[in-house]
Amino acid sequence: MSQRGRTLEIHTSPHISGGASVDVIMKNVVYALLPVAAFAVYSFGLAAALTLSVAVLSCVATEHLLCRAAAAPTTVSDWSVTITGLLYGLTLPPALPLWMVACGGFIGVAMGKFLFGGLGYNAFNPALVGRAFLQAAFPAALTSWTEPFAPDRFAAVPASTFTAAFAAPVYDGVSGATPLALFKFEGQTTGTGELLLGLTSGSTGETCAVLILAGGVYLAARNMLNWRIPAAILGSVALLGWAAHTLSPLDYPPAGFMVFSGGLMLGAVFMATDMVASPITHAGCVIYGVLIGALVTVIRFWGGMPEGVMYAILLANAVSPHIDGLIQPRVFGTGRG
Amino acid sequence: MLRARRQERCFAHGIHPPEAKDDTRDLPIKQFPFAPVMIVPLLQHIGKPALPVVREGQEVARGQVLAEPDGFMSVAMHAPASGVIQRIALAPGISGKMTPAIFLQPFAGSSQEVGEGVPCELASATPAEILLAIQQAGIVGLGGAAFPTHVKLKVPADSRIDTLVINGVECEPYLTTDHRVMIEQQADIFIGIRYLLKVTGAERAIIGVEANKRDVGAALQSALPADLPASVEIVAVKYPQGAEKMLIRALLDREVPSGGLPSDVSVVTVNVATTAEIGRLLPHGRGIQERVITIGGPGIRKKGNYRIPIGTPLRFALEYAGMAERVSRVFLGGPMMGQALSSLDIPITKGTSGFIAFTDAQTAPQPEYPCIHCAYCVDACPLFLNPSQLGLLSKAGEYERMADEYHLMDCFECGACSYVCPAHIPLVQRFRAAKGLVRKRRGSA
Repeated sequence: MSQRGRTLEIHTSPHISGGASVDVIMKNVVYALLPVAAFAVYSFGLAAALTLSVAVLSCVATEHLLCRAAAAPTTVSDWSVTITGLLYGLTLPPALPLWMVACGGFIGVAMGKFLFGGLGYNAFNPALVGRAFLQAAFPAALTSWTEPFAPDRFAAVPASTFTAAFAAPVYDGVSGATPLALFKFEGQTTGTGELLLGLTSGSTGETCAVLILAGGVYLAARNMLNWRIPAAILGSVALLGWAAHTLSPLDYPPAGFMVFSGGLMLGAVFMATDMVASPITHAGCVIYGVLIGALVTVIRFWGGMPEGVMYAILLANAVSPHIDGLIQPRVFGTGRG
Repeated sequence: MLRARRQERCFAHGIHPPEAKDDTRDLPIKQFPFAPVMIVPLLQHIGKPALPVVREGQEVARGQVLAEPDGFMSVAMHAPASGVIQRIALAPGISGKMTPAIFLQPFAGSSQEVGEGVPCELASATPAEILLAIQQAGIVGLGGAAFPTHVKLKVPADSRIDTLVINGVECEPYLTTDHRVMIEQQADIFIGIRYLLKVTGAERAIIGVEANKRDVGAALQSALPADLPASVEIVAVKYPQGAEKMLIRALLDREVPSGGLPSDVSVVTVNVATTAEIGRLLPHGRGIQERVITIGGPGIRKKGNYRIPIGTPLRFALEYAGMAERVSRVFLGGPMMGQALSSLDIPITKGTSGFIAFTDAQTAPQPEYPCIHCAYCVDACPLFLNPSQLGLLSKAGEYERMADEYHLMDCFECGACSYVCPAHIPLVQRFRAAKGLVRKRRGSA
């Protein structure tokens, strides 16, 4: 034959494959997050740029070095840790001391991902693990907010950003309060328009609901995000918020405020949808979403903190394998009528 | 009537791989030449090997019976060419296992005419006689499964068949044999349907054709004899639409029960090429000694649809069709379920629907990632299994749990889960191994 010396490989079927591979899916999530990150920098200036950079770098470096230490090939090329870093950075207050940012990034990737066995085995969203650690360790710093669109935001960096490790951060200038804190502690609601466009104070990347939604639509259209999860979360929060507001308009904010304020949009679209830590069936995803929505509402209404998205998602992450254990697809040719 | 529908009939889930049929769909079936030596395995079907009735050195005529069925789960083998029996010896099979085969050296310069046998008269034959004739003609499922057709047609005494489904879907990429048969052998198909209706007692036949062969479906429909209770239905282009459970679901909205047979929902399905062979052979009392296959793929020069003698060694087929540069993989059947080869010294058998060659461009290795629970496989599985969970369990060696809790044994290895897996996990390969182990354990228990 013409190809003497060439060997034919033996491979079992199927002999073709299609669709995106893991790294392509991950890269697309990064693309979907870029407008959110860009708006964060536009809104909070240099502080946000530094926070996001340190968040991504600390997460990627942690994963790379831990792989090295374990004498395993590095897994940063699958891009999942880049998402973790970006998401983690987007949930932090813009002027958080950078050493804290790096600490949380390390904890999130090391404890939230690597210890579980890396990509595919993490029970919890690693970005939220990192943030939960910071929330527990530095509650004051995690609730110190910056005013958006400060005139000098591209000229100066807030003093707190460069706080030396383990020193108490100093906050200068005007501190902003988040819409949820304003409501919880001062009884003020913020307009839905402002919330949609991101004109408010808050975590680096949680403020602009429109861009977050756009990223979600981009991913859902590419079948890289199960839209049922954000739909169930936002729907249940809206429904519960509407019911409470109807019963007692003075005690509870309107549904629109509930849905578009705080970290709910970022959490519902980008955090709760972490494929690894969410259920595998569509029905399971809806249950999981409703659970998150209910927990968010309960924590916001009756908890000590104004916001509850992070803990709601982490709790639901823990429940996710059990949802999968209960909800399986109906196998063809069984129990139909 | 051909139904004009905006939404074609379909099953749930499934995938849309590139069809890759354009290279060969319009090429008429050509006769393939005889190889210098033919290898006719005694077991080309699911069941028991046939018993040889010829001796070494004997001269045989093309179409003559070489081996008789050994019991019900067996079919006859016929001489693919006039020639002399060289030897009856072990030859490598597809899986690499050695199986007994008859080696036949065709006569050069023979007219290679096929003689007439005892015809099976449609009008006078009883269903039992037709079944026997099908078995004697050596007919097995030509779609690829190679299950003896007479066994499939033997309806359990307690079930009644109302519909005969003729499977002209051909959902595997690259393959265009059924496509050509439906254009070139329409009369054979209709005669075949008459035999099949008589055997099964079905009231009607439905020919299911995928929407990428809409023109073929229309031609079949208009050629249908007025007295034949048959219709042509167009089904959506989706893989694995040609799996019988999926086709029955699409055409009749009936679900074959898990672990059950189509007869449980009053249906029998027969591949369209098998139907055409029944219609072509039975009236002349002949046996199957050649079949139509697609030889194609980017690694083949003379792509085409060939009527190829059964027993043609692949090496000969590949030399005749011409291998392009950089062929790195060849397999029998389509790219979704086709069997990889351990050797080129194995022959084309009755179940071989295609012979495809891939080059380096199609076979670039893909890195395997951990399962990220993306659920693409769950959304692809036509049987609503959970391939992700099955994959994790197979990694942990929990084969019994896979079978008992997650319906492993229902998997028919269509490959949809592996196709969509972004982590490139060889799911089907694992399930095949797990199924084998479970079967072994249960068999010995």
